[in-house]
Amino acid sequence: MKKIYGSAAEALDGLLFDGMFIAAGGFGLCGIPELLLQAIKDAGTKDLTFASNNAGVDDFGIGILLQSKQVKKMISSYVGENKEFMRQYLSGELELEFNPQGTLAERMRAGGAGIPGFYTKTGVGTQIAEGKEHKDFHGETYILETGMFADLSIVKAWKADETGNLVFRKAARNFNPPAATCGKVCVVEVEEIVPTGSLDPDHIHLPGVYVHRIIQGEHEKRIEQRTVRTREAAQ
Amino acid sequence: MPWDRNQMAERAAQELEDGTYVNLGIGIPTLVSNYVGDKDITLQSENGMLGMGPFPFEGDEDPDLINAGKQTITELPRTAYFDSATSFGMIRGGKIAAAILGAMEVAENGDLANWMIPGKLVKGMGGAMDLVAGVQKVIVVMDHQNKAGESKVLKECTLPLTGTGVVDRIITNLGVLDVVEGGLKIVELADGVTEEQMRDATEATIV
Repeated sequence: MKKIYGSAAEALDGLLFDGMFIAAGGFGLCGIPELLLQAIKDAGTKDLTFASNNAGVDDFGIGILLQSKQVKKMISSYVGENKEFMRQYLSGELELEFNPQGTLAERMRAGGAGIPGFYTKTGVGTQIAEGKEHKDFHGETYILETGMFADLSIVKAWKADETGNLVFRKAARNFNPPAATCGKVCVVEVEEIVPTGSLDPDHIHLPGVYVHRIIQGEHEKRIEQRTVRTREAAQ
Repeated sequence: MPWDRNQMAERAAQELEDGTYVNLGIGIPTLVSNYVGDKDITLQSENGMLGMGPFPFEGDEDPDLINAGKQTITELPRTAYFDSATSFGMIRGGKIAAAILGAMEVAENGDLANWMIPGKLVKGMGGAMDLVAGVQKVIVVMDHQNKAGESKVLKECTLPLTGTGVVDRIITNLGVLDVVEGGLKIVELADGVTEEQMRDATEATIV
């Protein structure tokens, strides 16, 4: 069971093909698989469909794949931080499917759990519900949403052991666990690979059964909105 | 004098019940956390956190610790982290007592529009549709009128909806309105605002 690879390019070898569907973890620029995204850019794979809550910023995250015109379609809940995205979308170069954030997360979770569809109240009576099956339960109306099944999952975790058990850190967990589960193959980038047995089994956030390939690397971890308070104001 | 942003936030904070879990939206709703006083309120950030603390001191920013507005924040002794599916599970499952959100338009039947202006603003709904569908009480905080002086409190929303019949209470610079059978009911007027001024500034039916 060899899961550890030497680089992002090696870890993606044989997995990429034009027109594929990739589920990516991260929220904004927090907890995004930045090394794997760069490697996909370098590989030049085209016509990609990405399920990712956001689309990065112009020069970081999925934004770098938008710049190189490798993305055909985005499935996201919020894309407000990316000007190039807006330009490509308004000019018709890029397809966009908005999913409510919780629906997107649940679609990934459901796909990973072998659930092809589920009913939710979210979006009833809005554009999101158009064309979807409606059904009443206990006197309330719900719409049918589908589980997501991706060709590849790319996620970022804090630590992995050699068998792929993962631990995330603070709010960088976000979409990473559900995204990890819904792909046929899951490639993970971490800040540190630790010896098997050194993580507390009770503190594993995502068990290694979901994880196929792991790389360790240096992360920029860019901050999107640096907000602070002054020490004086707190006194 | 109509209320300013901080006074609206202060009024909205009165809506929060002691011992509850609450989600605050971006903009004026974020200011509400400054006015909770002695109440024991746990703030949820839908990117995967309960127990959101204040902004960090300069130099203490952590790229792994942001709120749903992508701002750097801090944790508290009570903080818990979880993934996005779990986060929206607690929202959709009705575990969050209240959401305080901004809005572009609200209608007298409780319809809310706050995510899209066709052809102009294409950013996405983020978690707003899940929040209004799932939380127990939805409170909108917004200016009563837009920059052109037109009412944002309408008989019917004109923009794409975030949810239908979801808003419980509206807090604006002019006062507080509740969504009730047949229209809106004035609960409170801002200091110095008359009922006539409120009615003149409101397109929706006031019962």
